[in-house]
Amino acid sequence: MSFEDIKLLLSEKFGPEVIIGEETGGLQPALLIEPLRIAEVCLELRNNPKTYFDFLSSITGVDYGIEAMRFGVVYHLASIPYQTQLTLKVSVENNRDLDNLPSFPSITSVYRTADWHEREAYDLVGIFFDGHPDLRRILLPDDWDGFPLRKDYKTAEYYKGIKIDF
Amino acid sequence: MSSEMNDSGGVVITKMNDLLNWARLSSLWPLSFGIACCAIEFMGAFASTYDLDRYGVFPRPSARQADVLIIAGTVTFKMAERIKRLYEQMPEPKYVISMGSCSNCGGPYWQHGYHVVKGVDRVIPVDVYVQGCPPRPESLIGAILELQKKIEGERLVG
Amino acid sequence: MNTALENYNQKIASAAIEDMVLNMGPQHPSTHGVLRLELITDGEIVKEVIPHIGYLHRCFEKHAESLTYQQTIPFTDRLDYLASMNNSHAFVMGVERMMGIDKDIPKRVEYIRVLVCELNRIASHLIAIGTYGIDIGAFTPFLWCFRDREHIMGMLEWASGSRMLYNYIWVGGLFYDLPVGFEERCCEFVDYFKPKMVELNQLLTDNQIFIDRTANVGVLPLEVAINYGCSGPMLRGSGLKWDLRRIDNYSAYPELEFEIPIGKGEMGTVGDCWDRYKVRVDEIEQSLKMIDQCLNRLQNELKRTSDFDPRAKMPRKTIPKAQDYYVRCEGAKGELGFYFMCDGKSEIPTRVKARAPSFNNLSVLPEIAKGVMIADLIAIVGSIDFVLGEVDR
Repeated sequence: MSFEDIKLLLSEKFGPEVIIGEETGGLQPALLIEPLRIAEVCLELRNNPKTYFDFLSSITGVDYGIEAMRFGVVYHLASIPYQTQLTLKVSVENNRDLDNLPSFPSITSVYRTADWHEREAYDLVGIFFDGHPDLRRILLPDDWDGFPLRKDYKTAEYYKGIKIDF
Repeated sequence: MSSEMNDSGGVVITKMNDLLNWARLSSLWPLSFGIACCAIEFMGAFASTYDLDRYGVFPRPSARQADVLIIAGTVTFKMAERIKRLYEQMPEPKYVISMGSCSNCGGPYWQHGYHVVKGVDRVIPVDVYVQGCPPRPESLIGAILELQKKIEGERLVG
Repeated sequence: MNTALENYNQKIASAAIEDMVLNMGPQHPSTHGVLRLELITDGEIVKEVIPHIGYLHRCFEKHAESLTYQQTIPFTDRLDYLASMNNSHAFVMGVERMMGIDKDIPKRVEYIRVLVCELNRIASHLIAIGTYGIDIGAFTPFLWCFRDREHIMGMLEWASGSRMLYNYIWVGGLFYDLPVGFEERCCEFVDYFKPKMVELNQLLTDNQIFIDRTANVGVLPLEVAINYGCSGPMLRGSGLKWDLRRIDNYSAYPELEFEIPIGKGEMGTVGDCWDRYKVRVDEIEQSLKMIDQCLNRLQNELKRTSDFDPRAKMPRKTIPKAQDYYVRCEGAKGELGFYFMCDGKSEIPTRVKARAPSFNNLSVLPEIAKGVMIADLIAIVGSIDFVLGEVDR
């Protein structure tokens, strides 16, 4: 199924408002999806016999920069029977406040791969996934301050009495 | 000493210190504990080609039985407490070899590595540093020989 | 926000009353690095496994976002440090495609890349097999595998100058051409190594104790494997012919002949530990076949010439167009992917994500280790063959 067909299929199933836009400038086209409906879109893409995107390659949490005030998540799906790939993107505006994390629906119920990938995005970029069964930090210690892959992250001076900087 | 008094062998006279030191340096048991890339070279040093067993160096899985802690790899903040605890579990006298750039000073991660301890000597005292990323097994053997020299000069009694 | 942490603490505290909570690692000889497994056990039966990772989190993504593409290549080597060539190959391929120079790379360069990648894959699988032997209780395979691996390390050191972390494949070419006489020595190695594989098979593959420890243990059904994003020998061990070298046909692989070994359940069920182990053994043989073909081409059609410059196509400034690109290729452990976001203005990407195969392969452990004995857990952990450098990045 080509990119256009997938777009058509999604807008027929969920209505045109589910696709916010598309990026076709680069080598791999990407679909921008309405953030709150990403889980159902993924479920449909996985179960529909025409698409069968049964393999989730990766989930990337993205901080779009300090001025942009936006956070996003990029999903890379792959279909094993059809040998195709698809990129989905969601993003929301956020004021970069640590008490107000950007939030997206979790897709762990669709792909179990998402479990650890979402925990990683929470750990490093600070993106909250609604409905995730066990959203703890995965790579950094539980008592770590801040989210290191945010563009405004400043390294603390000490962690438990050990100097961090060289 | 006549041969009738002792026909089954000779007598060696040595200083107590030298005897103890000789015994200690000839059976240095490191903890079999690898962290990162250096651990593979550490394993390689014990395997067929380099065969560290010939120096009496044989890895032990438990910290209670080990004399040497070889820090083979990048020390992170999550790992630092565990390394400290392992070091505290080892019985005296104990030695530490810091193997590879990462555990010497943070190595390639010194600038942007927010989660890397810039040198294991910020956590535990180190006796011998081995340079390289990762060091060759020969370098590790060299470090063990250096450590043996250090032990040779110590005084446990008197 | 911290409710998940509280739930987890609550769970461990209540498990400690009825059952036993057992910590395995980070310092444990069988966890292949600094993995920590928290086991909730009822006697010898493992009721639940909670993996804790991150003890080797070396901030790869931060480095990739702070350094230029060429400067990041040494850090990709340190992801999966057992198969560094495969990592830098994937990264470099992604950058080349974004720059639009992937079609201009000389054939000889492509063949050398495939040659060193396959050599490195053999070295990686040898470690997997050798250390798996130790986990199960056989010490000899470890010594034999390391003996043969040293030959590969020596050859790659000759080419690149380093034993393990090579920094040999660069964007647009190679660090250097192969040294004079490399192809001949590589041929000698292949001739030496083929009978050694037969010996290794006799020692381990057909060993009844080994089969008893691994067959029917840790069965990973195919749909579970796919849903958890497993790839590489894990996925092929469950019986699916899925190899990105064939699917994506990148680099020189479309011109090479090789088969894709899959788990057939010869000793037990499809997808058990023995199948995963056997897939690795068979892959070594396929890699040897590929090396043979590469050497054949390199010695005949693509001979070294005095004016051949492996750095000729290297871009002066590596600034790709503004775009996103996800590149995937078959590393030694599975699907290795890099996701780049470039702004088109600087040599530094705005976001790089490494999709590590071991990370996903390890995440299936709690699922397949439910209800097994503690001794079998070691067999399962060994058969996954993860590298913590890649799990934690």
